[in-house]
Amino acid sequence: MTLLSIEGLGISFGGVRAVHDVSFGVRPGEIVSVIGPNGAGKTTLFNMISGVYQPGAGKVVLEGEDVTAMSPHLLARRGMCRTFQNLQVFQTMTVLENVISGYHLQESGSVLADLLNLPASRRRARAAEEGARALLGRVGLERAAEREAGSLSYGSLKRLEIARAMALKPKVLLLDEPAAGCNAVETEEIDHLIAEIAASGVAILLVEHDMKMVMRISNHIVVLDHGEKIAEGDPASVSRNPAVIAAYLGAEDAAG
Amino acid sequence: MSELLQFLLSGVTVGAVYALVALGFTIIYNASDVVNFAQGEFVMLGGMITVFAHAAGAPLPLAALAAVVATAGLGVAMNKLAIEPARGAPVVSLVIITIGASIFIRGAAQLVFDKQIHSFPAFSGDDPFRILGATILPQSLWVIGGAVAVFIGLWLFFTRTLLGRAVLATSNNRLAAQLVGINTPFVMTLSFALSAGIGALAGVLVTPITMTSYDVGLALALKGFAAAMLGGMGNPKGALVGGLCLGLLEGLTAGYISSQYKDAAAFIVILAVLFFLPQGLFGRKSTDRV
Repeated sequence: MTLLSIEGLGISFGGVRAVHDVSFGVRPGEIVSVIGPNGAGKTTLFNMISGVYQPGAGKVVLEGEDVTAMSPHLLARRGMCRTFQNLQVFQTMTVLENVISGYHLQESGSVLADLLNLPASRRRARAAEEGARALLGRVGLERAAEREAGSLSYGSLKRLEIARAMALKPKVLLLDEPAAGCNAVETEEIDHLIAEIAASGVAILLVEHDMKMVMRISNHIVVLDHGEKIAEGDPASVSRNPAVIAAYLGAEDAAG
Repeated sequence: MSELLQFLLSGVTVGAVYALVALGFTIIYNASDVVNFAQGEFVMLGGMITVFAHAAGAPLPLAALAAVVATAGLGVAMNKLAIEPARGAPVVSLVIITIGASIFIRGAAQLVFDKQIHSFPAFSGDDPFRILGATILPQSLWVIGGAVAVFIGLWLFFTRTLLGRAVLATSNNRLAAQLVGINTPFVMTLSFALSAGIGALAGVLVTPITMTSYDVGLALALKGFAAAMLGGMGNPKGALVGGLCLGLLEGLTAGYISSQYKDAAAFIVILAVLFFLPQGLFGRKSTDRV
């Protein structure tokens, strides 16, 4: 059963075809990685899937519903969350508050009840806080809960962003270079975290440059070059694919 | 002594109005990074609509309520018609749009209402209270009380309610707010409604003291902007402190130097803040990590 399917997605910027006719699907619990050389169109593809760009052609279908170009907050309500390569966290809030913000959609109290601080409001807030602390534990940030998010290291912020996305209880999680700029230890931590999230049944779509990580954790790999899908399959077959090797080494002629 | 107290009391009254205008700037600035120069027009509309609704036979409380609600509606319309269609434009362009909107509202008010100076009776009469030899009008207490009520109400709204925290989250990082499912266009609309409503309330409260006409908005917007800059743009606490400081400064300037120079006080403050303290008293330095 395909949870998220990308059907013939394409976009052009001023006559340049940035992405052309890309299709693939993601199933629950599966880790699908999109790879390709710099400028292959990976981030553009991601931006179309997550509603940041309006695609010129094609559709994004989530659980049978057409969600093409839907704005990020509506996608979040339908269970599609993403992280950004250049960190989008609430810098001046505490780490805990950042994760609690992820419970925003599940909390649904009336403004009046909140103002009067009724028991229902307090219960709701406490539940969100407990959930957020548990998630911080999962990503190994429980000790930093009260610190201001802006003071965390880069690798910790990456995990914080994932924890916040998890608070939304997503069905599909789009991770944009979760290991970029992280050292080897941090990369391995994120690596385990992603595998764990997938094991809990969340479909994961990943853009990542760290080839070792991609080969290690992906179930399925989609390779882009010059905006087009040149190969897809499991890690072993993709890494042997001559077209992929040619794209990465820049030896298109030799590959024929 | 009683003279000083008198200047301070009138300073606090004016300062409370500036604080409300500054708060209006702050709310919209936080939601959208836009400095809304039509903020003064909201204050003018609050006073003018009350005047005309009252003249048309509505009881004063009802007229005041109608003015606040109508102005809030106008704020929403301004967001929908002028700001939202230009979304994605640079902030400077949006600021210029608000200047255009302010000129438009002023012109329209001239046509819809008139060019006369108006007032309506004070809420609780005109007999001043005496405090240690100084006097204060009951209406001044209404102004100060109104400002206090608005600040407490907003503080509760922002710290306790989910919607209030959604507004704070949006001002902190709009993209991140969208990612957690916050409807940021709605937050923008709400901010304009709140700002316009608060501006109108300030207009309703202060009109019996200062009177109103179609063109009072510009001066109020500049004073409120000075107050917001002094406190640190984007900080509600800064709006309160900035407004009161500016009001007191004006009161003292008018009392001890000359009332001719009281307006100059506000503009000297803007210049001094921009030169020496661009972040304001409570402003935060913003840094982006990439």
